[in-house]
Amino acid sequence: MDKITVEKLDLFYGSFQALKEITLNIPANEITALIGPSGCGKSTLLKSLNRMNDLVEGCRIEGSIRLDREDIYGDMDVNLLRKRVGMVFQKPNPFPMSIYDNIAFGPRTHGIRSKAKLDNIVERSLRDAAIWDEVKDRLKKPALGMSGGQQQRLCIARALAVAPEVLLMDEPTSALDPISTAKVEELAMELKKQYTIVIVTHNMQQAVRISDKTAFFLLGEMIEFGETEKIFSMPENKKTEDYITGRFG
Amino acid sequence: MKSAIIQKWKGYKNDPKSFGLFSAVFLAMLITMTALLFVIVYILVKGVPHLTPDLFAAKYTSENVSLMPALINTLLMTALSLLFAVPVGIEAAIYLTEYAKHGNKLVVLVGRTAETLSGIPSIVYGLFGALFFVKYLGFGLSLLSGALTLSIMILPLIMRTTEEALRAVPDSYREGSFGLGAGKLRTVFRIVLPCAVPGILSGVTLGIGRIVGESAALLFTAGTVAEPAISIFDSARTLSVHMYSISGEGLYIEQTYATAVVLLIVVIAINALSDYIAKKFFK
Repeated sequence: MDKITVEKLDLFYGSFQALKEITLNIPANEITALIGPSGCGKSTLLKSLNRMNDLVEGCRIEGSIRLDREDIYGDMDVNLLRKRVGMVFQKPNPFPMSIYDNIAFGPRTHGIRSKAKLDNIVERSLRDAAIWDEVKDRLKKPALGMSGGQQQRLCIARALAVAPEVLLMDEPTSALDPISTAKVEELAMELKKQYTIVIVTHNMQQAVRISDKTAFFLLGEMIEFGETEKIFSMPENKKTEDYITGRFG
Repeated sequence: MKSAIIQKWKGYKNDPKSFGLFSAVFLAMLITMTALLFVIVYILVKGVPHLTPDLFAAKYTSENVSLMPALINTLLMTALSLLFAVPVGIEAAIYLTEYAKHGNKLVVLVGRTAETLSGIPSIVYGLFGALFFVKYLGFGLSLLSGALTLSIMILPLIMRTTEEALRAVPDSYREGSFGLGAGKLRTVFRIVLPCAVPGILSGVTLGIGRIVGESAALLFTAGTVAEPAISIFDSARTLSVHMYSISGEGLYIEQTYATAVVLLIVVIAINALSDYIAKKFFK
């Protein structure tokens, strides 16, 4: 089952075309990795999936992106879309408030006020993000006092708290140390049972370790898309082979 | 301490240019400090001995130039001016940073205007207030005319400092909030604005400083009646205007210095208070 279908997507920043005719199906309950050198458009594509690109001035989109067959650039309410398609950013960005309030921000946004319900969501989200044991005794402490790795898992928990269907991760481990990276990767593999995950990564080993499908991008075009195993063992395209064997990028 | 200075001297021995620069900046710091300290000490020495209980009597008479009515009026004037200027200034800044498009001509224009406005001498504002609020709108020489004039005067200041405070809030917070499905309103009021409060408060503090210190603009708009204002249409002299009035009469120089001490204390107290609020509630 495809969760997200991207069809003939062209994206422009002003007169610059950042994505060219991207067609891609993202399967549910799998991890799809987007790889490619800097500036290839992989992050741009990721941000189109929950319309974060709307915030960029001069950004224009042609083609369609469908979530469960529904056009996300159509009648869909953008805030509801972002509730269904959560996002974890490259740099951990907890809000300057307590751990508890960070997690509760999303649910409160969507109208949950009851303390008991919020307590419940906070605990469940932190457990799902495998960070509950580390923070359960300091939920009222500022989130900015945590280590970088903990902050990133907190941000994952914060994204989970609004019960999304899809989780977009934009190079979530590029600012983390190896141990925190391993934890986040483990977490992603655990989370795909419940969520559809799309991850942008610079780290090809990471794509191999955790993803089921991989899409390779170059200069705004999708060069190849398929099973991760196949992309990394017998790529069909010469450019893909050059990239994964480290000839450029 | 002493040995550290000697060490420093030795470090500069072979480097006359660095020593020259060091001396220049050190001297500049010394002059600044001395000038400031001199003013404060001078006022205290001249004023404190004349701070008598009579000066705080409820009523001002020509025998006893009590500063109490002026003190009360100063607080009223400050509160009223802030009431007008702070909400508008903050909202304008929110529009400029959060809503207006990047590189928008209006943003540039408003920025230039604000800078120009903050360079205009206060007496010009006073003249405008006298013509517009006092005469044209018929508010008379009153607390209201004075407060409206002052709020126009501090509006650019509050707007600019708020704008800067809002721009200093990292975009990653906004993205995080939007990414969770929060709308613009919630993002601005729950995430961006709370982060900017310390910066906004420092702008408000500067604004208060200008209100409390203003005399020229108020002479034309709020008048010089030395009684606490009962209604906003009463004429009301503030501490600065009070100082101007009694010093001009030539008989109360000592009381003028005493009033200056009180004014100094009011300003320091307000600064300390806003510092305290910023630290207590927003860290």
